[in-house]
Amino acid sequence: MWKCFSTRTSRCFSTSASNRTLKWWDRVAPAPKDPITSVTEAFLADTSPTKINLGVGAYRDDEGKPVVLQCVKEAEAKIAGCDFLESVSSAVSSKLVEESVKLVYGKNSDIIKEGRFAGVQALSGTGACRLFAEFQRRFYPESQIYMTDPTWSNHHNIWRDALVPERTFHYYHPDSKGLDFSALLDDVKNAPDGSFFLLHPCAHNPTGVDPTEEQWREISYLFKVKNHFPFFDMAYQGFASGDLDRDARSIQIFVEDGNVIGCAQSFAKNMGLYGHRVGCLNVLCNDAKQAVAIKSQLQQIARAMYSSPPIHGILLVSGILSDPNMKALWVKEVKAMANRIQSLRTTLRKSLEQLSSPLNWEHITNQVGMFCFSGLTPEQVDRLLREFHIYMTLDGRMSMAGVTTGNVSYLANAIHEVTKFG
Amino acid sequence: MASTMLSLASTTPSASLSTQEILKGKARLGSGRVGTLLNKEKGNPFIKAKSFGRISMTAAVNVSRFEGVAMAPPDPILGVSEAFRADTDVKKLNLGVGAYRTEELQPYVLDVVKKAENLMLERGENKEYLAIEGLAAFNKATAELLFGADNPVIKQQRVATVQGLSGTGSLRLAAAFIERYFPGAQVLISSPTWGNHKNIFNDARVPWSEYRYYDPKTVGLDFEGMISDIKAAPDGSFVLLHGCAHNPTGIDPTPEQWEKICDVIQEKNHIPFFDVAYQGFASGSLDADASSVRLFAARGMELFIAQSYSKNLGLYAERIGAINVVCSSADAAARVKSQLKRIARPMYSNPPVHGARIVANVVGDPALFNEWKAEMEMMAGRIKNVRQKLFDSLSAKDKSGKDWSFILKQIGMFSFTGLNKTQSENMTNKWHVYLTKDGRISLAGLSLAKCEYLADAIIDSYHNVS
Repeated sequence: MWKCFSTRTSRCFSTSASNRTLKWWDRVAPAPKDPITSVTEAFLADTSPTKINLGVGAYRDDEGKPVVLQCVKEAEAKIAGCDFLESVSSAVSSKLVEESVKLVYGKNSDIIKEGRFAGVQALSGTGACRLFAEFQRRFYPESQIYMTDPTWSNHHNIWRDALVPERTFHYYHPDSKGLDFSALLDDVKNAPDGSFFLLHPCAHNPTGVDPTEEQWREISYLFKVKNHFPFFDMAYQGFASGDLDRDARSIQIFVEDGNVIGCAQSFAKNMGLYGHRVGCLNVLCNDAKQAVAIKSQLQQIARAMYSSPPIHGILLVSGILSDPNMKALWVKEVKAMANRIQSLRTTLRKSLEQLSSPLNWEHITNQVGMFCFSGLTPEQVDRLLREFHIYMTLDGRMSMAGVTTGNVSYLANAIHEVTKFG
Repeated sequence: MASTMLSLASTTPSASLSTQEILKGKARLGSGRVGTLLNKEKGNPFIKAKSFGRISMTAAVNVSRFEGVAMAPPDPILGVSEAFRADTDVKKLNLGVGAYRTEELQPYVLDVVKKAENLMLERGENKEYLAIEGLAAFNKATAELLFGADNPVIKQQRVATVQGLSGTGSLRLAAAFIERYFPGAQVLISSPTWGNHKNIFNDARVPWSEYRYYDPKTVGLDFEGMISDIKAAPDGSFVLLHGCAHNPTGIDPTPEQWEKICDVIQEKNHIPFFDVAYQGFASGSLDADASSVRLFAARGMELFIAQSYSKNLGLYAERIGAINVVCSSADAAARVKSQLKRIARPMYSNPPVHGARIVANVVGDPALFNEWKAEMEMMAGRIKNVRQKLFDSLSAKDKSGKDWSFILKQIGMFSFTGLNKTQSENMTNKWHVYLTKDGRISLAGLSLAKCEYLADAIIDSYHNVS
């Protein structure tokens, strides 16, 4: 709960500015640091030459440098210096939504042909989730949101600030470092019919543990029977398997089963457009008419928050997705990023095994996407930071994108050092 | 098995099988036999998915959860542009949205913006996340622009500045902060004010009430009413003020009136909350347009200021602005900033980079900065010229002796014509002139060439329609 003070010291009104002691903000305590962004802050302040940032989920190349994709550079060159006409704005925004939902449902989907979805651009994944959370509260004010245990830390903040209470459901099994499937199904069964669930369709954050296709089918079936509403947060499409279509398969299973779903998409990671805040929110509807109504409500929520989304990222994404050659280039680049991460997972695991680590490190290669839920304890994480200048979040989540052929041995040695005694 | 699963799903749930029976059936499948049942061969079950033939079956779709969602009312301002676009009449004129147009009625991308963007492209900067509070270089530049780099509030580090999504986003951050730290406190907003102000405070759950502002009799400021209403509000209310170029009326207090407004706000322990969307655009001078804000800061007050670069740098679509909170100490500013960040993180995580870089580049380079000032003077100048021409046309054509000089006294992009709703509708229906129902015209959308036509429309609507 927020601290609030109902008393206020009355003060003497003096015309001299110098002896005014205004205390409006005494009630404002310093906010706790964000658990993810604070890792990057600390990393940046560190002067050690061997430092490694495995904190935030932002892709790095094999030299540990941020990457601007080639397709993005080409798209950028095309739009640079162009006179941007406001009249283009709504056309290009519609294009973005059109192309984005194709990535979710497949370009030949009936949903798209029949216009059975309400789609709006959003401020990346966070913004899409927040729009949906606000929409959920507006139309289902008594509802809750079920989140995986664990989930991305900011999910808690988003639904909380939207005033939607949260529940968790079983997901990660700390012993197997895999999916706690039967407990997950139980939780889904036991939730009241018609509950809202937040699902990660691929490359789960923070665990990297995804259900198999069979498991997804079972979950989907259960959702249909229970009339639950699945909301998918797809922030890593392409990073799980390297294949964009395959990574959206779980969503398509739910849709094939007749579930009515919502989906947040982010282009931060898979297009490397982190700072441009470009994403999409779509909600499936009964028909095109309802889609118009829902879209209008989503736009109204956005209008009171930031009016409209920033155009630059939208121009880039819609430019890339609507040009077959650029889109093909993008698909290749996504695969290359996923492959690099995959190969470093293998290298890291092998290195630890070669060091005769007493622990089982299979999960490094079993888990998918950008993150590895290492199983390291907070104490071990802290040692890695202090002794080796290796940065990750306290839950032991490592962003594998920060691992390079240059630092993987150092990393393996460091992990071994802090874990060799169990 | 797949087909069995699906047929269970597609029958009416309660008709043939109870939920219990369905779930029992599923429980068997869940015991791990799924893999063997569904796959004839060993290997990655993922790849076998295609042979199931599920794709050709259409499962009954659950009814949408959002059946009861009604169509939201159209936005009164943006709705005008939509209606304009749909109009096929060749004489049509869009005086709806406050977006600057050239004399040829084309959108205008400032030269300095093009130059800054080319510089940015040449440098090949990365696209990493900004910090939650935004681009440091932008935050520094924007606060200095607002207060002046030598201002004590800056030198003493007493300003918490957080990059926001233009004016709207910055206002919303502040509104959320008010709701959290001043629960129950209300915001006083001018009557009238920009339409979206109410939406922002409503969605942020901050109560608001209005203070008198526009006097229809004089088509000027109801100063006594304004002071009286600010005095009558509970101590410690927030008072939303337009720093310059009031939207929608174009009517600003005089410097003397600003002093008195400041006095009464101090007496009542209110917190001033400035919305500065037109700095530089109103008079053509960045410093002159910031004088109201600087007056309040110089009194040692703590205040909120939302800024936007939509109009003065033409960056409408890039969504670049900032929220500034002037505090009594650097420590308070640090704490306030940390809490603003905590509000931003679950809204959009971090703000967009492109617009921030443009502003930082323009303001940070002396040559570009000077060019910008010149372009701003040009834009403000065009609007002043158009006001003059409109006034001249109205005075020449209207034989009734009505005093149209309020058009010259008003400042900024907008003019409150004094036309009522029916008269405004006549403007649109008969003359194909698009404006908002409150009689507000955007002079930014008016060319010298169209002034006479507009004068005709206004005179007809004012005199012949009630």
